[in-house]
Amino acid sequence: MNTILNERKDNTVYEAQSQSTESHNSIFETNDLNLWYGNTQALKNINLQIPEKKITAIIGPSGCGKSTFIKTLNRMVEMVPIVKTSGDIKYNGTNILNRDFQVEDLRTKVGMVFQKPNPFPKSVYDNIAYGPRIHGIKNKKVLDEIVEKSLRDAFIWDEVKDRLKENAYGLSGGQQQRVCIARCLAIEPEVILMDEPTSALDPISTSKVEELVQELKKKYSIIIVTHNMQQAARISDKTAFFLNGEVVEYNDTETLFSNPSDQRTEDYITGRFG
Amino acid sequence: MNYMDQAQVEKRMKRRVTTNKMMRKLFLGSTLFGLIVLAILIFRVLYQGIAWIDWNFLTGTLSTNFENAGIMGAILGTLWLMLVVIIVTLAIGIGAAIYLELYAKKGKLQELIQTNIANLAGVPSIVYGILGLTLFVRLMEMGSTVLAGGLTMSLLVLPIIIVASQEALRAVPGFLSEASYGMGATKWQTVQNIILPTAIPSILTGAILALSRAIGETAPLVVIGIPALLIPFPGGLTDRFTALPMQIYYWTLDASLTSEYANLAAATIIILLLLLFILNSTAIIIRNKYQQRF
Repeated sequence: MNTILNERKDNTVYEAQSQSTESHNSIFETNDLNLWYGNTQALKNINLQIPEKKITAIIGPSGCGKSTFIKTLNRMVEMVPIVKTSGDIKYNGTNILNRDFQVEDLRTKVGMVFQKPNPFPKSVYDNIAYGPRIHGIKNKKVLDEIVEKSLRDAFIWDEVKDRLKENAYGLSGGQQQRVCIARCLAIEPEVILMDEPTSALDPISTSKVEELVQELKKKYSIIIVTHNMQQAARISDKTAFFLNGEVVEYNDTETLFSNPSDQRTEDYITGRFG
Repeated sequence: MNYMDQAQVEKRMKRRVTTNKMMRKLFLGSTLFGLIVLAILIFRVLYQGIAWIDWNFLTGTLSTNFENAGIMGAILGTLWLMLVVIIVTLAIGIGAAIYLELYAKKGKLQELIQTNIANLAGVPSIVYGILGLTLFVRLMEMGSTVLAGGLTMSLLVLPIIIVASQEALRAVPGFLSEASYGMGATKWQTVQNIILPTAIPSILTGAILALSRAIGETAPLVVIGIPALLIPFPGGLTDRFTALPMQIYYWTLDASLTSEYANLAAATIIILLLLLFILNSTAIIIRNKYQQRF
C-alpha cells in the first residue's frame, strides 16, 4: 500500500513538471495503466502525459516494458491473445482502451515504425500506396502524389525515384526503414510510434533516420523507444525511464540526463547497469 | 592428471573412423534401394508399353479388341476429374485453412478440429470411396458421374490441402501482417492484400502435389462404380466416365485372359506417369519462381 502511495506522489510530480514546462497539450495521457501477459505484469501504474508535436523517448533496459508500452498506444499489443489491461489511455481525450473504440481508426491516426524494417514484398510504390489504398483512395494521380510526397518527407525520394517499381527488398536496410517511415507518413497520422527504429541499422543509416525524426516533429508527435541513451539524449524533448514495468522518472530530456532526480535513473544513464 | 590417455585414444580411433565410413555406406544403400526399385519399375513399364503408344492409342476409343483400343476417354475422364477437384478443393481448402489459421480462437476446440483434420488425411482412400458412393452416387442420386467422382476425390485430398495451406499461411512472417494492421487495415484487408499473396505460391505447390495424389487414386473410383468398358467420351459434369488408373486396373485384370492387355496397361501407366511428372514439375517451377525473399 505504501509503495503505491509513493508512486502516486511521484506521478503527481511528473504532471506538475510537464504542465509547468510545456505550453503544449498532451496527445496521450495514461491513467493508472496496468498490463498483464497472462499472470506476468508488464506495466505497473503508468501515469504519463505525452506532449503534442514533440519527441518523447522511452528508455530502459531490455524487458522493462518500453516496447509493450508503445504497442499499447495503438493497441497492437492485443495481437498477443493473453493480454489484459486496466486503467485508461486518453488519446485526444478519448479512452482508447474502451471496448467499443475502433482500433482501425486509432491505427490510422497513430502510425507505427517497427524495430526491423518490414516493407511488404511489393514494389516501393505499392508499399507507400498500401495505406491510402486500404483507406479507399483509388485515383492513380492522387496516389502518385501521395507516394512522392511521403517519400520526399522521409528523405528518400532521390534515392528511390527511379526504382519505384522495384521490390522494396532490393533496397539497403537503412533505405528500407525510411521507406517504412514513408509508408507510415502516407496515411497522414498525427502520432508516429517508433519501436527501436534504428537498432537494426548501421551508424550512417541511423544518423539519417535520426535527422529525419528531428524534421518530422514539426508535423507529428513522435514517441520513440530506444535502448540507445545517446540517441534519446540527441533527439528527444522528453524522456521517460522505464524499469521493471514502472516509470521511474519522466522529465525534459535535458533535465533527466543532466540532473536525474532518482538514483536508479542516474545509475542507468551512467552505465552502472542495464 | 591426464584424462585423455593417448594410447587409448589411438586404439579407439581406428574403430571410430571405420564406423563412420560404414554408416555412410548404410545410408547410401537406403537411398539406392528406393532408386533401384523405381528404375526397374520404370524400365519394365517402358520396355513393355512404349511400343504400344501411338496416335491411335492416344486418341482412340476403348474397345474389346486390343489392337484398336485407345485411351482418349480415360484421359478426358482424368482431366474432368482434376478440374472438379481443383475448383472444389482450392475454394474449400484455402477457406478452411484461413479460418483455422487466422480467425479461429486458439483453444481446445481448435486443437480438436486440427487433430481430426490431420487424422482424416490418413484415412484409407477406399473409405472415402464408400462415403462418396453413399453420399453423392446414391443419396444425392448423381450416379457414377464426373461430378460424383470429382467430389469424392475432393473429400480425399481436402485434408491434405487444408494442412498444406495452413502451413503456407503460418510461414508468412508476422512482421508483414503487423505492418498492415499498424496502418489501420482490417483483418480481411490484411489477409487479402498481404497474407494470401505471400502464401499463395506455397499453397499452389501443396495443392498440385495433392492433386497428383488424386489422379493416381483407384480405390474410390472402383467403389463408386466406374464401368470397365465405356465407349463415349465424357463431355460434362453429369456424364459417366472412366479414368487412367481405372483403365490400368481393368486391363491388368483382363491380362489373365488376353496377355496383350498387360501391354496396354503398361502403355497407360506411361501416360499416367507423364501426367504426374508434368504436374510435379509445375509445382516445383511455381515454388522456385514465386518464392519470396524477406
